[in-house]
Amino acid sequence: MGNLVAKSPCKGLLPLSVGAMSASEVETGAMTMLSPRKGQDGALDEAMRAVHGLGYPAPSGVESAGEARAIWFGHSSVLLVGAEPGQRLEEHGVLVDQSDAWAVVRLDGPGAEDVLARLVPVDVRLCAFPVGSTARSKIGHMSGSVTRVGEASFWLMVFRSMAETLVHDLKSAMEAVAARG
Amino acid sequence: MRITCPHCGERDHREFYYKGHALALERPSPDAGEAAWDDYVHQRENPAGVTRDLWYHEGGCGAWVVVSRNTLTHEVLGTQAASEARA
Repeated sequence: MGNLVAKSPCKGLLPLSVGAMSASEVETGAMTMLSPRKGQDGALDEAMRAVHGLGYPAPSGVESAGEARAIWFGHSSVLLVGAEPGQRLEEHGVLVDQSDAWAVVRLDGPGAEDVLARLVPVDVRLCAFPVGSTARSKIGHMSGSVTRVGEASFWLMVFRSMAETLVHDLKSAMEAVAARG
Repeated sequence: MRITCPHCGERDHREFYYKGHALALERPSPDAGEAAWDDYVHQRENPAGVTRDLWYHEGGCGAWVVVSRNTLTHEVLGTQAASEARA
């Protein structure tokens, strides 16, 4: 058997520039879904602080430490991104490796909020959705995750199999926003 | 219609999947008898007024939510996480 070459979810689709906005793929490294075992929320939070220097985020929140991010990912779920989970976390939580499961796209530029206003049924203006906010919601017709990583920068995440649809929807929305000048 | 998810806050109803009356939270015990189980499986209220439904936040955080609403006015009166409603 020949050597298999790893292919990123958005290979051949990104980067993309429209007007002053750009979309690029994020190589996040390891991604692990953490769910606290029953009644172990506090213990998992402590273990995360001890091992990774970041706590279990509150709903709609993100904790970060260096390259590692803990993104709130829904009911009893947190996605640990950019760090291999420490063994100690397994005592208090259920860990699922999702490193290859998500397409992560970074959207940058002054019109990013307007682009998302066309795709996401959540208010993502800076006043309502400051840096470090995250939401599980719809991106177009897809279930996804939206996180604000900068004043004009977002991470968009959808299932890997939907990368092409995400880029297509994003490109249409970016072009529509850019056309308005 | 807007539904307030206990985790995510107020969201558009397109993010939610409708299950039906919040009956699953009152599942009878296995030995409750045929009448109780017949009622649980087959009999449904169709109230003109306040009802309690289960909605699933499938396009969001994945929580089951108990929504109290009025079928006459479409007013949403309140929401609660199903995990808490049952406890």
